[in-house]
Amino acid sequence: MHMADALISPVIGGTMWVATAGVAAYSIKKIQDDLEEKKVPLMGVMGAFVFASQMINFSIPGTGSSGHLGGGLILAAMLGPYAGFLAMASILLIQALFFGDGGLLAYGCNVFNLGFYTCFITYPLIYERFVKKGISAKRIMAGSMIAAIVGLQLGAFSVVLETFFSGKTELPFSTFVLMMQPIHLAIGIVEGLVTAAVLTFVWKARPELIEKQISGKISGNASIKRIIYGLAIAAVVIGGGLSWFASSNPDGLEWSMEKTAGTAELADSGGIYGILADIQSKTAFLPDYSFKNDGSVSEEQVSETSAEVAWPAVDAGTTVSGLLGGAMTLVLAVMIGFFIRYVKRRKKKVTA
Amino acid sequence: MADFTSSLYNMRLMDELACKDTFVHKLHPLIKILTTIAYLFVVVSYDRHEIIGLLPMLFYPVVVFFLAELPIKQVLARLLLIEPFIIAIGILNPFFDSQVIIVGGFAISRGWITFASILLKSLFTITAALILICTTGMDKLAAGLRMLKVPRLFVLQLLLTYRYISVLIEEVSRSIRAYKLRAPQQKGIHPSVWGTLVGQLLLRTIDRAERVYQAMFVRGFTGEYYTGADTWVTLRDVAYFGGWLSFFILARMVNIPLMIGLLISGVIS
Repeated sequence: MHMADALISPVIGGTMWVATAGVAAYSIKKIQDDLEEKKVPLMGVMGAFVFASQMINFSIPGTGSSGHLGGGLILAAMLGPYAGFLAMASILLIQALFFGDGGLLAYGCNVFNLGFYTCFITYPLIYERFVKKGISAKRIMAGSMIAAIVGLQLGAFSVVLETFFSGKTELPFSTFVLMMQPIHLAIGIVEGLVTAAVLTFVWKARPELIEKQISGKISGNASIKRIIYGLAIAAVVIGGGLSWFASSNPDGLEWSMEKTAGTAELADSGGIYGILADIQSKTAFLPDYSFKNDGSVSEEQVSETSAEVAWPAVDAGTTVSGLLGGAMTLVLAVMIGFFIRYVKRRKKKVTA
Repeated sequence: MADFTSSLYNMRLMDELACKDTFVHKLHPLIKILTTIAYLFVVVSYDRHEIIGLLPMLFYPVVVFFLAELPIKQVLARLLLIEPFIIAIGILNPFFDSQVIIVGGFAISRGWITFASILLKSLFTITAALILICTTGMDKLAAGLRMLKVPRLFVLQLLLTYRYISVLIEEVSRSIRAYKLRAPQQKGIHPSVWGTLVGQLLLRTIDRAERVYQAMFVRGFTGEYYTGADTWVTLRDVAYFGGWLSFFILARMVNIPLMIGLLISGVIS
């Protein structure tokens, strides 16, 4: 299943959105440059096809269970990596909007997890390596299997990383990994088998469709590709991971301030400074690069102390008020809803 | 695999809801997109231990639901399908965070708070996406995306995917039904036909796509996508967005339910 908004933080969601948008923009440019615009109807219809075939139940004999198709690899094999990525992006957008399957903020994460790894990493680096020397049923099978398995493992690991760095669940990293990777290994095997079966069939029936994609696809502006990969991955790593290690030691300016004036920050001298400082402290959404109440999951001590301070549980009085207020809010919300409906009904009666 | 019919029905329902004529439906699509994004951003930014402060965010979906006259049961039925997966991830929280918290006289693991937070957030965020599409519709949404400078190629391809989903779902479900009628004991489709069944569908799809392209080309398609005259963003739209944004920011910064609660308990005592 796709990632939901509830599991990510704005930082992670935003970072992945940027990464996805970058890759999408690059894909669009490549398609326009190669004059493959006539592919747009093909992309659309193939996208719809993969959407529909994701609902097919591929039963695995002997186990009584069944698997489903992701589709990234088939799209990449039939349309090429760029068009395949965009087709996957549209499928995921429609799923997010109409079915609530995958959040809108998490859309960037989902497209990256399900589209980028299969279309831009496993397809060119694994699948194409296998079939470059010539296509045969065996090569397609081997290429698809390994590409699907690796692609899904990468995607699953991404999900774990994104959830972990968002800090919205208590699941420890190792447990989550141990849960996700084996499940997606099984899913990957099924996807590889289905993809191999389909591509083999297509190759036997209409070989030109498969061969058209293979010729010279690994060429092209490899250096730009690597730059964009590098930037996207760096953005994720830096934004998510290295901020953990962001030093809490004073930076150069604060250090020299301490040495000269004795404090790390100048006290404001009233007047306009005071007013502006006031406004800033009220509007700063991320004071000191963390959210107002608790720190991120990595700053455990900070979150522990502020949890003890912010958590109203210790003070029974505020807890009761909190619960009372919460209940009132819910009641208010529902009442407003009914009030709106009542007003509308009255309006209809008057005009009708 | 009864999924096919229910998915088609669901998309059709959302389509028809988007054609209604209410205050929310008449708003500019760009405004609705921006409001949804702001809402999602704020909901997701709540810390994982905050529940009470999160509750005011309920106002947005409730108000839009009633202003847009959306059928609550049918739209929220989607939630029931998604929630099990979120519950599956969240249910482990109480076991991993065993720090005990006293809430209103009961001692519970703090993990339950995180779990509740995830559930609430998922409720809010999924509903926000659903009401966006139910009040806007795919065409207007695509026009809104164009205004946000999303490349024409992607928007066009998105619209084509959307347009052909119903066609392809019907085609795929016909094939699957024919298969099931010939293999009644079989659950799902057997590996021996994975390649041929899906492969045949794929080939038919590609031929159809070629016909679609030729039909479009013959009618003058050159890659451009025309949305007709751009509607202007009116003062009413800006006021709508501004109003909601202020409310979201207020709810995020101030724990409104707590204040209401203090007010009430202050009045009582």
